[in-house]
Amino acid sequence: MIGFRLFPEQASTIAPQVDALLFFLIGLSLFFSLLIAGLIVVFMVRYRRRPGGDHVPDIHGSLALEGLWTAIPFVLAMTVFFWGASIFATMQRPPDNALEVHVVGKQWMWKLQHMEGRREINELHVPVGRAVKLLMTSEDVIHSFYVPEFRVKQDAVPGRYSSIWFEATKPGTYHLFCAEYCGTLHSGMIGRIVAMEPAAFEAWLGGRQAGANVPIEVDGEGIFRAQGCGTCHRADGSGQGPALQGVFGKTVTLASGQTLVADEGYLRESILDPNAQIVAGYTSVMPTFQGLLSEEDVMRLIAYVKSLKAGEGGS
Amino acid sequence: MHSLSDAQPLAHQFDDTDQQRRAVSFGMWAFLVNEIMFFGGLFATYTVYRVLYAHAFHDGSHHLDITLGTINTAVLIASSLTMALGVWSAEHGKRRPLMAWLLMTLLLGGVFVGIKAVEYHGKWVDHLVPGPGFVWHGEGAQHVQIFYSLYFAMTGFHALHMLVGFGLLTWLIIDARRGRFGPAYYAPVEMVGLYWHFVDIVWIFLFPLLYLIGRH
Amino acid sequence: MSEPDGRRHYLNVDYGVRSWLLTTDHKRIAILYLCSITAMFILGGLFAVGIRLELLTPQGDFVQADTYNKLFTMHGVVMVFFFLIPSIPAVLGNFLVPMMIGARDLAFPRINLLSWYLYVLGALFTLFAMITGGVDTGWTFYTPYSTASSATNVMPTAIGIFITGFSSILTGLNFIATIHTMRAPGLTWFRLPLFVWAHYATSLIMVLGTPVIAITVALVGLERGLHIGIFDPALGGDPILFQHLFWFYSHPAVYIMILPGMGVISEVVTCFARRRIYGYGFIAASSLMIALLGFLVWGHHMFVSGQSQYAALVFSFLSFFVAIPSAVKVFNWTATLYRGSIAWDSPMLYALGFMGLFTIGGLTGLFLAALGLDVHVHDTYFVVAHFHYIMVGGTIMAYLGGVHFWWPKITGRMYPEALAKVSGFVIFLGFNLTFFPQFILGYLGMPRRYHSYPDEFQVLNVFSTAGASILGVGYLLPLCYFLWSLRYGAKAPANPWNAAGLEWQTLSPPPTENFETTPVVTTDAYDYGPDGARATPPEAAVA
Repeated sequence: MIGFRLFPEQASTIAPQVDALLFFLIGLSLFFSLLIAGLIVVFMVRYRRRPGGDHVPDIHGSLALEGLWTAIPFVLAMTVFFWGASIFATMQRPPDNALEVHVVGKQWMWKLQHMEGRREINELHVPVGRAVKLLMTSEDVIHSFYVPEFRVKQDAVPGRYSSIWFEATKPGTYHLFCAEYCGTLHSGMIGRIVAMEPAAFEAWLGGRQAGANVPIEVDGEGIFRAQGCGTCHRADGSGQGPALQGVFGKTVTLASGQTLVADEGYLRESILDPNAQIVAGYTSVMPTFQGLLSEEDVMRLIAYVKSLKAGEGGS
Repeated sequence: MHSLSDAQPLAHQFDDTDQQRRAVSFGMWAFLVNEIMFFGGLFATYTVYRVLYAHAFHDGSHHLDITLGTINTAVLIASSLTMALGVWSAEHGKRRPLMAWLLMTLLLGGVFVGIKAVEYHGKWVDHLVPGPGFVWHGEGAQHVQIFYSLYFAMTGFHALHMLVGFGLLTWLIIDARRGRFGPAYYAPVEMVGLYWHFVDIVWIFLFPLLYLIGRH
Repeated sequence: MSEPDGRRHYLNVDYGVRSWLLTTDHKRIAILYLCSITAMFILGGLFAVGIRLELLTPQGDFVQADTYNKLFTMHGVVMVFFFLIPSIPAVLGNFLVPMMIGARDLAFPRINLLSWYLYVLGALFTLFAMITGGVDTGWTFYTPYSTASSATNVMPTAIGIFITGFSSILTGLNFIATIHTMRAPGLTWFRLPLFVWAHYATSLIMVLGTPVIAITVALVGLERGLHIGIFDPALGGDPILFQHLFWFYSHPAVYIMILPGMGVISEVVTCFARRRIYGYGFIAASSLMIALLGFLVWGHHMFVSGQSQYAALVFSFLSFFVAIPSAVKVFNWTATLYRGSIAWDSPMLYALGFMGLFTIGGLTGLFLAALGLDVHVHDTYFVVAHFHYIMVGGTIMAYLGGVHFWWPKITGRMYPEALAKVSGFVIFLGFNLTFFPQFILGYLGMPRRYHSYPDEFQVLNVFSTAGASILGVGYLLPLCYFLWSLRYGAKAPANPWNAAGLEWQTLSPPPTENFETTPVVTTDAYDYGPDGARATPPEAAVA
């Protein structure tokens, strides 16, 4: 194991940025703590009560001083705010070419699915030097996906999708922790992130698991057929439901008049709670698949729907 | 609710009755602000779900008995009127009218709670009480259940406040009978009046939010 | 405690049990609270012992996982709701606010007693929950774990917290009405001691915030009992809504826990430096600003929970704002020391310890308010260290400092000063050894609420547990010597510190009615200036 450390390794592109802010804050805190502590000690000693009483001057305020020690902390605080916000903004914007992995947390394990088909439990293999974006949810209670060496964390919430992205910079094995208390084996819901050189990662990805590696869209297509989705969602739009070609990422208009972008969350809701936000021009006849499909199945379906490009023939 | 039903009207911690009156009044207003925050949490939850599940809330609302709800609203407003008349009577030293108005307020409050009980019973019979027995034919059952959960939680807490109000009114009636209130000292009547009006106002918000969604 | 001169005061006016359990004297009610919260503190401390013993080794080998989860949950519930929130207001506030404003009692003495009974009732429900199996949701009760997954006594705990919340609300209402309407002649708002300002601001939060937690735990109880779906996504509910409702109270709650402590500091620092407070208006205003801004920042507990990034930006921005008034206070207290005449009595040492530790705790709040950094340290031991620096290094030090300062007034006895200094140092040392390593542990990535952990975190955990054992000893010492002083301590004069403030102008212990005649106030607070009534320091402290 690693020797005694004060900081975790920096193994992602964002880690040095986070640490830089940390060091600034440590410096700031050291300065002000030592200033206050120092002044307290100096004043305690220098102005220690002497027998016979002291002449205590009647000072009780200075607007200028109050202004100064309000303004300076305020400026420093705002600096830290903007700095932190800009790092956060980067964390919110995954690059377009990010590798996608689906994650489902459940008491008490992490289930991960690569698009090419490999599945993992409590372990995630990723390539170094390439952005990886995780689409996450939970099957039961709130969990949180946390990789300290990457400085990233995001809650996996049941009933919705959340996402997180990172780009590993160093090959190695890193901690994966669940960081939201979730019951008995919360501290057992840990694992490893294995960052590999790109070539090694490709080899691993194509490697054989028990059972053939099926790309996730193919899995999804299988579910699409098995559940009879094509009965209503015909490629030519002649069915009772809208055609799904090209729907992912499109701006759709709802029956209520509002518009939204059909992202993963909307697709998930359309499968599990179809009548919540219906597309304009359609009626609420779609049955719900809640209880019939697991969260992982839903993710596979969504991967399939994402793969349906506009203008292509359907199933 | 307050340390004012002492044998003497002036409690020992106060310098004079004016200070006593101001302190009691202050305390009551602060308490009402506190109550606003209490119901505010429920209203906030309601707002979130109303926006998210507008359709289900619409459907759920239409299964509430709007006739009974309207009657109840009228009953409660009338009880606020009788309460205000009671306060006026106390201020003007009219003992018998005071007791009558307080009794009337209590009765009207009783009618309100009685009608609520009828409504609750009706919901129970229709399997619209949230929990294992909840049945909803139609789509969005889960969301309709949330509507009913909030309906029972909000009207339930409101009814609880009414019951506390009954206790306060009873206490006032007993004291009024003993001739305790007059122009020099009627603060308790005033304070209970404030409380009662507040409970009324909460209902005035609850009624349209729960009963009148999408009705014309 | 009968006086050789036969003087009657609030303690010896009646010795019967009924006279205590049915008292409406704010001073006796403060003592009732003192006993109950001390008992709860010991209970919460025992849970902490369990936690730290388990964390000595990386494996979960001291207790089972479920037991550990109950230990940290109950430690949090007891310490937050039954110790920290009531502590200074219910003990020192109850005792001193009426006296500091020259009143005979609070505005509503019987409601004050009711408030204590509600506290006890709530505590009994929670104790019942603990004895009959415990609760393991964390003191934060996140859904859907608490409503749909946990198999422990969530309901009785929720009921206990609901009831105790009303204790808090009634105390707040009492203080607000009292401070507004019962100030002695001449005592204008800007002549009030800052202790009173602090309790006023605290009371605003108590009255406005507590009802929201009440309704939240009530909804949790309903959901758990009836399986309705307010917060459970499997039933159509929203788990993030729970977090918003919960933190809407629980963030201002931390200001309920710290503001009264800041009030204590203002009283102690001025007395032992023989100085008027520097920047009176700014300190008073900062208390109100903290109370107000404290209601606007709750989302900083939820940066990675799934709220929108725009909400996160707003909450982060406002969280930096709320840090400023606290900084202003620390600077003003430090300036009050400048060219003072500083005595090193133990209350002062506690106050100075507060200033240092609160500064560190508050600065680490900036780390947490910074979005990009919070993502890494959220839900780790960094947060645990941060709030213990404020709650223990801050509030508890202020509470102890206040208890030492006013002990002579409350009991009529002096405590042994040398022993008080020793325990102050032991507490300071033990505290830092316990919690400073946790900042490092947190940044290294050790998550909160972990029963077992990777080997590389052990060394720091051992330091922390070692510190906790020292801290425990440090807390036992005052318990012992305060009890000892009740019988063997030197008799205290009316004003052993020659302190300013109306509470010192009556005998120790005070008579039931506090003052023979209502005082009339003609000067500002902290009349320690060279021409002030308190210009002369006291004679050498009574041993």
